[in-house]
Amino acid sequence: MSWWVWLLLGVVLVISVWYLSSQAGRLDRLHRRVDAGHVSLEAALMRRAAVAAEVAGEMLPDPSSAALIAEATKNARRTADADAVTRSVAESELTLVLAGVFDDQESVQELSIGPDGELLEELASACRRVEMSRRFLNDAVRACSDVRQQPLVRYFRLAGRTPWPGAFDMADGPPEGFGVR
Amino acid sequence: MTDPLKIGIVCPYAWDIPGGVQFHIRDLTAALTKEGHQVSVLAPADSDDGLPDYVTSTGRPLAVKYNGSVARLNVGMRSTKRIRDWIREGEFDVMHVHEPIAPGVANVAVWSAQGPIVATWHSSIEKSRALNASFYLAQTIMEKVRGRIAVSELARRTLVTHLGGDAVLIPNGVNCGAFTDAEPFDGFPGAGKTLFFLGRASEPRKGLPILLAALPAIIEQNPDIRVLLAGPSHPDEIKKKLPRDVADRLTFLGLVSEADKVRAFHSADIYVAPNTGGESFGIVLLEAMASGTPVLASDLEAFSRVLDGGKAGALFENENPRDLARVANELLADASLCAGLRERGRQRAWLYDWGRVTKEIVDVYRSVRTPGERVTEDFRGQLGGRFARRSGWRSDPNSPADAPTDVVPPGAHS
Repeated sequence: MSWWVWLLLGVVLVISVWYLSSQAGRLDRLHRRVDAGHVSLEAALMRRAAVAAEVAGEMLPDPSSAALIAEATKNARRTADADAVTRSVAESELTLVLAGVFDDQESVQELSIGPDGELLEELASACRRVEMSRRFLNDAVRACSDVRQQPLVRYFRLAGRTPWPGAFDMADGPPEGFGVR
Repeated sequence: MTDPLKIGIVCPYAWDIPGGVQFHIRDLTAALTKEGHQVSVLAPADSDDGLPDYVTSTGRPLAVKYNGSVARLNVGMRSTKRIRDWIREGEFDVMHVHEPIAPGVANVAVWSAQGPIVATWHSSIEKSRALNASFYLAQTIMEKVRGRIAVSELARRTLVTHLGGDAVLIPNGVNCGAFTDAEPFDGFPGAGKTLFFLGRASEPRKGLPILLAALPAIIEQNPDIRVLLAGPSHPDEIKKKLPRDVADRLTFLGLVSEADKVRAFHSADIYVAPNTGGESFGIVLLEAMASGTPVLASDLEAFSRVLDGGKAGALFENENPRDLARVANELLADASLCAGLRERGRQRAWLYDWGRVTKEIVDVYRSVRTPGERVTEDFRGQLGGRFARRSGWRSDPNSPADAPTDVVPPGAHS
């Protein structure tokens, strides 16, 4: 074979290696983003449960609502180690209970003028962060899965043994009483 | 969770030239600083004179032809070095980039950094040649951004169609406090009611002709009605085309200062926004609402959203003067209706106040960050950088894998 065939083969080889290594780097970055997303959603869920428990403890806004929130919070915390589906059900339940209790903006505003304003503000922020973290996580998961589905990435096992990224589904809309634009 | 953050904000456009993105960053920085956070802004600037303390300049922008028009972009190796220095020395807890797809500073900043990165999309470029042309670059940048924010539904839609994925909607803020109190103009309020219009008269999409066409029917039921008009205009040309009885009721304020705008809101009984299109948000509506002036606006999607579907302000059918007159007459005749709109409008405006908006942006910052994590330089964009990282020569001090995780993340192994 003449020299230029070897040269061509060499060029193709270099380009392939460069391409595969850049895809591997990209995948590595995406996996880290997914991991960060999980950590942050975890923290957001724990924080929401903690603040909700405190709100229930302060008997806001009334004893029976407080009891409902306490129950849902306890349930959410109990399932913290369970599988994703059980967990999603429990967390969604807490979302619905909070949405049911804090359903009126005017009443929430009246409450927030009082001494518990800061606690309510913290609950509003905790609810928002659950929604945001989940959205950011699922965004990362989608971007990561898109790359992992590429034939070359699968064939060369560029993802190594990293488990397939999983999205997390739950009801997460913040209560209307906290002001929805 | 109230520990202050160190935030690095990147502005792609020249700081010394006024523009929407620059104002947004200025107001956001002020609000963040007030909450106790530490903010540094990176932006191109023609000269270092007169820059606020918190701005670091990347140098003089260059006028280049890009995407069919002349844009002033900051490119070059000197600015790249400054960007890297800023990232390394800043040790930010989070980096917030505006318009990350714009070539220049924003682009390079994302390219050169890794860690908790947030990006805000402001514009809604309908058909973005820029996006498609540099898709590889855009993709890499998108993949590095952990949290995306869109300032309007339109911006969000553009982002979703062109790049996929999703974004949280956090609008531009309004300084509600600046609108609550003002002295009305002399002679206001007078015997009759007053309508207020704001916008360039010669721009048909601002809808002045619709308002003028509706006036005769409004005068019929409100003989004392007056109209304040603010914004650049040629009063004689406009009056010439109107019947005398209509023309006499118009007061032209011309281009008004920010302070006079607030006074005008407080002089008027209804703020009318007859815009026929081209509005992606409606910040003036919120300013009127914060002033406690009931709003009557065309039923554009953006306006209807701001007015909560008509609960926080009245809506009329777009481009229909007869409907404008009908709703205006209803409002002018019913004081309790106006009082309700005033109250709900004020309440709603506070949802868009910089204080509230900033809290949400900080929520985004905290959502993308794992405890203890910082923004660091990314060497992979440089030659040999990847090999250096792989071999552990430069280890990443805070990859999320090292962050404390005491519980199995939800869905991690599903």
